[in-house]
Amino acid sequence: MTILLDVKDLKTRFHTPEGNVYAVNGVSFNLDEGGTLAVVGESGCGKSVTMMSLLRLIPIPPGEIVSGSVHYRGKDLLKLKEDDLQSDIRGKEIAMVFQDPMTSLNPVLSIGRQLTEPLRVHLNYDPKQARRRAIELLELVGIPDPKKRLGDYPHQFSGGMRQRVMIAMALACSPTLLIADEPTTALDVTIQAQIIELVKELRDKIGLSIIWITHDLGVVAGLAQHVIVMYAGFIVEEADVDTLYESPRHPYTLALMAALPHAERRRETRLKSIPGAPPNLLVEPSGCPFAPRCDYVVDKCKTLNPPLKIIGNDHSIACWVDVKAREPQ
Amino acid sequence: MTDSQFLVEVRNLVKHFPVLRGILIQRQVGTVRAVDGISFSITNGETLGLVGESGCGKTTAGRTLLGLYPATDGQIMIDGQDLRKARGAKMMAIRRKAQIIFQDPYASLNPRWTISAIISEPLRVHHLLSNPQERTDRVRELLRLVGLSPSHLNRFPHEFSGGQRQRIGVARALASDPKFIVCDEPISALDVSIQAQVVNLLEDLQDRLGLTYLFIAHDLSMVRHICDRVAVMYLGVIVELADRDELYDHPLHPYTTALLSAVPIPDPKKDRERRRIILVGDVPSPLNPPPGCRFHPRCPIAIERCHQDIPEWRKVAMGHWVACHLVR
Repeated sequence: MTILLDVKDLKTRFHTPEGNVYAVNGVSFNLDEGGTLAVVGESGCGKSVTMMSLLRLIPIPPGEIVSGSVHYRGKDLLKLKEDDLQSDIRGKEIAMVFQDPMTSLNPVLSIGRQLTEPLRVHLNYDPKQARRRAIELLELVGIPDPKKRLGDYPHQFSGGMRQRVMIAMALACSPTLLIADEPTTALDVTIQAQIIELVKELRDKIGLSIIWITHDLGVVAGLAQHVIVMYAGFIVEEADVDTLYESPRHPYTLALMAALPHAERRRETRLKSIPGAPPNLLVEPSGCPFAPRCDYVVDKCKTLNPPLKIIGNDHSIACWVDVKAREPQ
Repeated sequence: MTDSQFLVEVRNLVKHFPVLRGILIQRQVGTVRAVDGISFSITNGETLGLVGESGCGKTTAGRTLLGLYPATDGQIMIDGQDLRKARGAKMMAIRRKAQIIFQDPYASLNPRWTISAIISEPLRVHHLLSNPQERTDRVRELLRLVGLSPSHLNRFPHEFSGGQRQRIGVARALASDPKFIVCDEPISALDVSIQAQVVNLLEDLQDRLGLTYLFIAHDLSMVRHICDRVAVMYLGVIVELADRDELYDHPLHPYTTALLSAVPIPDPKKDRERRRIILVGDVPSPLNPPPGCRFHPRCPIAIERCHQDIPEWRKVAMGHWVACHLVR
């Protein structure tokens, strides 16, 4: 399989009046053509900023991509000219779907207008062609009666339908890679199931590569092939989906799993919560960022940040401790 | 059956919102049937879950139950008092005993008030602890109770994270020493790891203070964790009500089955194996609910009869109620 996207040592910071925010601290990963990658972590762990940095969508200043490379089919996106990035990559090759379908559509433009815009800008379609393609797209994402709905405004659609419109918009120029940033968080479970089925179908039908950002390990299980767990701007664990769920090895991943209630399991006495709050990113990281909340912490963790090391077939963790050999404290 | 067995009893509760048109002369052009005849009761110390998709009327049900919206019809008994007949001092007494935790910890705290002012508001409203020193002590005690530092007293809501804000919301709800709390999706705005903290807190408080909860949620896995019994709501009506394990192990209503099958399982192998029932479309508008069984347009097993006859709400097993023609 060929590698579609290769990210190396990506570092993003924000310069704010309170000091530097260390949002992404040396993230490396790659994605195979046609693969599905999930990025999991709590709010503020840097997962969205990582993806925004890939496409240079973060505002500069206050943001700054300090170092790293993002090779997409051999081209380094971080070195590309802004104009080329805008005309050849964003929306055309790599498209994004954002979290909140209620706020990411323009309320005063019809769905048809918003759908045809990328087609006319990127592919120079004439209005008729664009309209035909827009109808096709709405059909593809399962919106009933697409011809009639083209003239409707966002408020006339429900949450799930709006998210479908967002996906249709992202797919408008037949991108190779779809980055979905918590696309189902604002939706009901039933609608979430619909959207996940839709994305799986699209992957199989048009061979889309997918990066799926979420904070919910449950959603990822049925969808992704490969999972990255992020904490405080670092990748702390990376594995294929089966390995990660069967034998998670980083204390943070273990804690995330333990915090999940299981609908098919009977009530345990108590949920295991992760004590404390996510770290303050204003402080330059020294030591393992998870150490203050970790059950397995040793002295070394407080001074030295563990690098990501390979511990098995397709499985890496950034931790000094072997959680299998040690009892939690 | 004595009155004291149930802390909360709701019979045939109806809440309709009129849809008005016109500026000077308004006339009613429609009715949103948000809650259309629901009945349930909650025993002392129990947690009843109320689940359903957005727009099914679960929040409206919770608010009407506390008198935050005047009910259109039906009976609400809280601790032996008829809420719909209560006025003045009697109403205040009920409100003291029945509180609510809101869904959005960002919108439910006044950004210009200090934490102390927010938490002591119920004390002021109900004229409890008139001495300022006593009030401050009570607020400190409440902050400790929900796991926050009493030194946070004079901070403002923006200085807290989502999970901490929700704790402040819990402290406020506890201020007047209530018996019954409506938890209106208290965790759906929070991260998974923080959700567990808040759920544990609610469970601890229930054990320590003997609270009774109505837990409104759309996250079925969390509901199974925290609730004793669960009611499933669809478009203004309850379609199934049963003990937690009974409902999850033997769901009878096709809507419950579909809802359960949509819950993501955090296990890739199981997730691949199971059969998902994907419901088509969205919840129809409560402005014009479908005739017959309200679920029939989305029901995978609907028969002719479901289009016309409203299914009867009946008991099929001990403590297991369902409204469906196809359940024997």
